[in-house]
Amino acid sequence: MPDPDTQSGALAQLQGDPATRKRFLRMIGGAGATGALGLLVAACGGDDEKDRAAAGGATKTTMASTSSDIAILNYALTLEYLEADFYDQAVQSGQIKDRAVADLAKRIGEAEHAHVDAIVATVKKLGGTPVRRPATKFDDVIGGGPAKILEAAAVVENLGAAAYLAQAPRIKSKDVLAAALSIHSVEARHAAALNKLTGRGFSGRGPLDGSLPTGAFASPLPMDRVLAEVKPFLAS
Amino acid sequence: MNHTPIPAPELEAVAVEGLSRGAFLMRGALATGALLGGSAVSPFVRRALAQEGGGDVDVLNFALTLEYLEATFYSRAIRKGRGLGADTVRLVREIHDNEAAHVDALRGTIKQLGGRPVEAPKVGFGDVFTNRSRFLGLAQTLEDTGVSAYNGAAPQIRSSEVLAAAGSIVQVEARHAALIRLLNEETPAPSPFDAALAEKNVLEAVTPFLKS
Repeated sequence: MPDPDTQSGALAQLQGDPATRKRFLRMIGGAGATGALGLLVAACGGDDEKDRAAAGGATKTTMASTSSDIAILNYALTLEYLEADFYDQAVQSGQIKDRAVADLAKRIGEAEHAHVDAIVATVKKLGGTPVRRPATKFDDVIGGGPAKILEAAAVVENLGAAAYLAQAPRIKSKDVLAAALSIHSVEARHAAALNKLTGRGFSGRGPLDGSLPTGAFASPLPMDRVLAEVKPFLAS
Repeated sequence: MNHTPIPAPELEAVAVEGLSRGAFLMRGALATGALLGGSAVSPFVRRALAQEGGGDVDVLNFALTLEYLEATFYSRAIRKGRGLGADTVRLVREIHDNEAAHVDALRGTIKQLGGRPVEAPKVGFGDVFTNRSRFLGLAQTLEDTGVSAYNGAAPQIRSSEVLAAAGSIVQVEARHAALIRLLNEETPAPSPFDAALAEKNVLEAVTPFLKS
């Protein structure tokens, strides 16, 4: 299993350089990879939006489909680990003085832990290996006080919602899709609540632009964009 | 090809590949020569039906009915609302704009798929528009139900593009739900997982508001 300390450095390389990515995929042998990074990378590329009807019927899944779904779930799991860890630290820091807001942060954190547990269980059920919990880097944010904490929370929740939205059409199994959707809408709820708390409107300007709805329709963000945005929070 | 007509009575109970019986019967030339029953439909028929977007059209029309309901609910609140408070009115206007856009988008998509959009149902909400607490309570119910309706229906969608569109709508509905709940002094996300409701259960939930 890859050392979490080398993860984000390798991640950066893989995101930026298609040749490196291809070389890496050849090395890890595609679907056989069990390393966290390998699974993340395998999830990033590949054939995306095939017409689901072309798969020839509702329930037919292949090993490749399952492997692809596992990769997507592991990507989601990384984000959920990130979120769960963030709220743990935020709550433990005692920085959020407002009782109602502190309660909200605690509840959201509990939900993210529930997401972690559910995705870990799903990956195992599919015969996959869940990615390891990544080492995170939230010191600057947590030390920055309640406003900074809420701001970071809003960033991550909006990114999470946009991430799930982008991945949904790529998921092959209806059951996995149903699970992903049941989490996607909850991340959206979190995002909306935090947007309100940070004085942000519905759709918007500013650093969250890509992950906020444009008017009445939410925006998907592809995996490489999301990973790039959360990179500052992954320990290097 | 030899077109031998197949006796029709068995079609009564058959939903082929997600199409309603009526829609299936419309495809007369394709129906003849095809075996009955979902998995026994020939690949040719299945592809043709998929291209005509039968199943997806039904899902989108279901979503459209809910969007009409919400859009009308909020437009009535704007027109008839009294004592709801400035914050609520501001949010209601924004949500209404979104729901109207959802209606337009769904109607457009259904037509693009070769289907016919359902018309807006007649609806009634009783006396909620002059009582802030009752109004927010019903808004919360409608938004939460909408999210669960989309979550329940989306896995049946066959086209990736239609699924992406439905996803982009349900995410906004979930944001609506959270904001309404906050105004209602409720937790924005009552559960770590949003329920997926079957169409039947959704229709049961909204039937009280549909006038026949």
